[in-house]
Amino acid sequence: LNHIVEQVKLLDRFSNKSVTGTLHLTATHLIFVESNSTSAQEIWILHHHIASVEKLSLTTSGCPLLIQCRNFRLVHFVIPRERDCHDIYSSLLRLLRPVSYDELYAFSYNPKQNDQQREEGWQLIDLAAEFERMGVPCDQWQLTDVNREYKVCKTYPRDVYVPITASKPIIVGSSKFRSKGRFPVLTYFYQEKKAAVCRCSQPLSGFSARCLEDEHMLQAISKANHNSRYIYVMDTRPKLNALANRAAGKGYENEDNYSNIRFQFVGIENIHVMRGSLQKLLEGVGTRSLSMTDYLVGLENSGWLRHIKAIMDAAIFLAKAVTVEGASVLVHCSDGWDRTAQVCALGSLLMDPYYRTIKGFMVLIEKDWISFGHKFADRCDQLDPDPKEVSPIFTQFLECVWQLTEQFPQAFEFSEWFLIQIHEHVHSCQFGNFLGNSQRQREDLQLKERTYSLWAHLLSENQNYLNPLFSPSFAESHPVLEPSTQAYHFKFWRNMYNQYDRSMHPRQSILKHVLTLQESNRELEGTVQALKTKLQKFGVNTSPLKPQTPPRECSLPPRPQSLILGAPLLSRKEVQQEEDEEVFGEEAREDAPASTGGERTVEGSSATENSYGELMGSFGSKNEPGVVTLEFGVARMTC
Amino acid sequence: MELSEHIKTANVEDVTLRRPFHPALRGTLCVTSHHLLFSDRKDEASWQLLILLKNIDAIEKSVENLFGYPRAVGSSGTITIKCKDLLVLQLEIPGMEECLNIASSIEALSSLESVTEMYPFFYRPSHLTLNGPWGLSSTEQYYKQTERLWDRWRVSTLNSDYSVCPSYPSAVIMPREVDDDKLIRSARFRQGGRFPVLSYCHHRNGMVIMRSSQPLTGANKKRCKEDELLLQAVIDGSELGYIIDLRSAQQAQQARMTGGGFESKSFYSHWKRIHRHHERGKVVQESLIKLVEACSDPSHSVDRWLSKLENSKWLSHVHSALSTAGLVVECVERDGHSVLVHGSEGTDNTLLVSSLAQLILDPASRTVTGFLCLLEREWIQAGHPFQQRCAHSAYSHARLKQECPIFLLLLDCVWQVWRQFPLALEFSEALLLRLAQEVYASNYGTFLCNSEQERCAAGVKENTHCLFQSLLRPDIEEQYLNPLYEPTDLAIWPSVHPQSLQLWTGLFLRWTEYAQNMEEAREEVWSIVKEHHEQAGPDRTNNTLSTHCDTLTPFENLMDELTIL
Repeated sequence: LNHIVEQVKLLDRFSNKSVTGTLHLTATHLIFVESNSTSAQEIWILHHHIASVEKLSLTTSGCPLLIQCRNFRLVHFVIPRERDCHDIYSSLLRLLRPVSYDELYAFSYNPKQNDQQREEGWQLIDLAAEFERMGVPCDQWQLTDVNREYKVCKTYPRDVYVPITASKPIIVGSSKFRSKGRFPVLTYFYQEKKAAVCRCSQPLSGFSARCLEDEHMLQAISKANHNSRYIYVMDTRPKLNALANRAAGKGYENEDNYSNIRFQFVGIENIHVMRGSLQKLLEGVGTRSLSMTDYLVGLENSGWLRHIKAIMDAAIFLAKAVTVEGASVLVHCSDGWDRTAQVCALGSLLMDPYYRTIKGFMVLIEKDWISFGHKFADRCDQLDPDPKEVSPIFTQFLECVWQLTEQFPQAFEFSEWFLIQIHEHVHSCQFGNFLGNSQRQREDLQLKERTYSLWAHLLSENQNYLNPLFSPSFAESHPVLEPSTQAYHFKFWRNMYNQYDRSMHPRQSILKHVLTLQESNRELEGTVQALKTKLQKFGVNTSPLKPQTPPRECSLPPRPQSLILGAPLLSRKEVQQEEDEEVFGEEAREDAPASTGGERTVEGSSATENSYGELMGSFGSKNEPGVVTLEFGVARMTC
Repeated sequence: MELSEHIKTANVEDVTLRRPFHPALRGTLCVTSHHLLFSDRKDEASWQLLILLKNIDAIEKSVENLFGYPRAVGSSGTITIKCKDLLVLQLEIPGMEECLNIASSIEALSSLESVTEMYPFFYRPSHLTLNGPWGLSSTEQYYKQTERLWDRWRVSTLNSDYSVCPSYPSAVIMPREVDDDKLIRSARFRQGGRFPVLSYCHHRNGMVIMRSSQPLTGANKKRCKEDELLLQAVIDGSELGYIIDLRSAQQAQQARMTGGGFESKSFYSHWKRIHRHHERGKVVQESLIKLVEACSDPSHSVDRWLSKLENSKWLSHVHSALSTAGLVVECVERDGHSVLVHGSEGTDNTLLVSSLAQLILDPASRTVTGFLCLLEREWIQAGHPFQQRCAHSAYSHARLKQECPIFLLLLDCVWQVWRQFPLALEFSEALLLRLAQEVYASNYGTFLCNSEQERCAAGVKENTHCLFQSLLRPDIEEQYLNPLYEPTDLAIWPSVHPQSLQLWTGLFLRWTEYAQNMEEAREEVWSIVKEHHEQAGPDRTNNTLSTHCDTLTPFENLMDELTIL
């Protein structure tokens, strides 16, 4: 299988630049190694990350191959011989459509850990402990074993929490009246006001059907909260979509049949609209020599930020109802695994500072997305090639969180790199967490025995994802985030959607610089301490030397090494390697160059990448060597 | 007419003031010759708001009871004051007549045009004296500092009486081999007499950035030998120079019909001309107006907002200014050629592009002092007509004359560079915001008038204080420092992809968005940096400790040996 093709050209997406190198095709990766020995960059592309491969028509310099990845990387190779190109093309086509789960990378990935370490990794996140942290079970809410065997709802977890007064017949009856059997269950409990956030799917009400058990179920949720006489039922769909569903025997709750509910539509569009919107967004921002006007018009026409705002609005509504009114809220959409997951997760994050920490955010994803059956396999196109099921629902959630980190720079323990890294691995199929569509399926696949957990991996390098501005006291003063939803707060997330287009990124990063300062603070302190002990050993009085600063509370973090983008501390090559080592884990890291010292460039900061103008074109001829050889425009800098 | 004669009502009690982020306040309103003063009536620790009348861009009044009984109980009026720094205030004034009087006094006093009646001529703070040097730099000083120039360039004082070019300073830097007579002829061949002068000499390769106005070739393609010789002397035997014309090729052609034109290839054979289209004048002013309007309506949907943002075209102007500056830097730094920049008059976009190029190229212009010197040389002395361009800002209803926020555009571009290179500039956003305010209304004389000649005639340097000098006083300068500053010698090429440019929220959403969270985050950065300085102040402590240890090493070795024994 190991294909090697030499003299392959890699074209830059936004400029006329290209580099030549060798292309390797392995069982798991497509690897491009630049031949220039001084700055030999390598690009590693995991087969699972490839969304599409396209062979363009033959040109004089060779056969172009265009590869689009799910992590928004786009590479454009030109392969000298048509036959080689075709070989690579057809091999890739075969490789990027695995037919069974066993072919996924997670089942062959081995980070050199023993079984015990792997098990410990899987035990890091414990949802029972999470519900306990929220104060559940309690006098109003209990754990039910009704779904122990996945008999009532195949896509729910085994353990679900319901009101004490909801008996098993009520639960079973209600589940029969709900799409895919997804009856109302607890997902977040706001202890302070005893208000609950519950989730379910749409009722099978059609035009007039009723279900007494379902009505009892909502009644039970309402009664479990003494602070409020009513509960909110949030249908996260646009009203029109819900109405249309009635014709198919589904629909929404009729306020006349359910006592004490306040019904509310929110208007988040469905998966198909979202898929189309992202498509348009990417087309817009992937255009060469994009003008400001086209960029803004493209942004507007894609509707992407409008959808992000709709999700944010819904989450804010949820958080207000719970924290201000003290009312319980039941959230649903159609099946209750896309929009419902977005709104419940984002709403909980607004209400509870714990979810804004690194560990807490993992718990939140594990709870609202993984355990409640967001269909990761379908939405992220892991296995079954049904393009109608693919949709960037989870990406939108990550983006909403990013928009919040922009508004509240001190509220989150993690930086955007954490979000981007999670996004990377949702699609990489390298870890077991996101495989499959439901907990039941994951158990059938024996993921915990056969694969590794992403959370353990991320926690082991959590210093890379820290936000240096995070302030625990901010959480105390702002337990509930109240973001502004004015239009100008919604920004394009360049570091996600153009993450591999280096020439676009800021050349120096405040984040990384401050992290480095923090680290160096720690180191200096260490040195001072060491010297001091040494002196004391020899009986020298050190007191006059010292105005010793007290140690900082968050003592970490060392320099971020594997941040995906523009780490100004490392040369580009090193960054590239770091990034690729992510994929390989420990074993590849051993020969990584020491990241300190040496020269560094002001990242990507050269005229050639910026295409300021038509200097070349304006001459009208190609034999102007002074203008064509450009490399020493790259600014060099020594740390 | 005395200024005070404009004041019809000087004092009103019981006025209610509303402003962003604060609860309404009741107090007394006073109008003086230059200020609007509001103070609440609590005697101790009384709170005051002082606004320069010059800062007021527009005033809107709505009077209830206009046709009712005069001075009837409950009649009142509301004045909305829109400032040039984009702040909007509302004053509820009891009594219709008072309200109208106040409004008309403000209107009259805020639109005074006589320079010597303006506040800088009356501003006399106790800690500043008027004697002493004015300003930070001059052509002569720049020449003295730039050793690379000494060989081939000289300072010419042919414009010492401002007769050759009324908008140039008295001294300019010219090639040694071109004598003043030739310069005078070249000046006659350029619009407004703005002949090509040196603006920057690159420390690395001695290449220069020149700037001028358009040549007056006219419809019948006139030429000027002296102008050609002058440019020939600039590149001095090297093969090539670039002329960056800030108009499209078509516009440059059209300019010939009105007496202007461009340098034709046949007469300037060693110069390569590149055209880049830049909007100017009214178009840019209208962009600002549209942008501010879009920013001040919080009810927009995302789509509407994006469409209004696009429609304003402000970011497009930022984009083209940075791209052209990048192009100039590319010519000078990468290709090693000299550049001449001009548009039509050479007083607006020309200065924008040449000063941005210097910021990107020259580490010296990225310090606080260096940046202010750059502004002084390239904007104030180089004759940007501040008084005309900044007469009104985004809210004014007055018919536009010569207004154009080119200087604001420069500050925005500098902000974009800072966003991309947060460590490379010694100053912070706060300095840019301060300048954005001072340029429209100021206690200082720095931005008064349209040229050095006018400033000389009005006695600005003798009778006002200099803003730049006061910004550099250590206690003041500290507020404007960038905590993360780490000087670099390299050119800082900004990315000009639209995705890399952003709306300058710090300026345009200053009064609409409660920026407290950002402020706290900024403070957090400061505290981390300060801690770093303390720890490493630090270095000293470390060094002392190390020296102690060094002296101990022999003992240590001795002890080691002893243990071995």
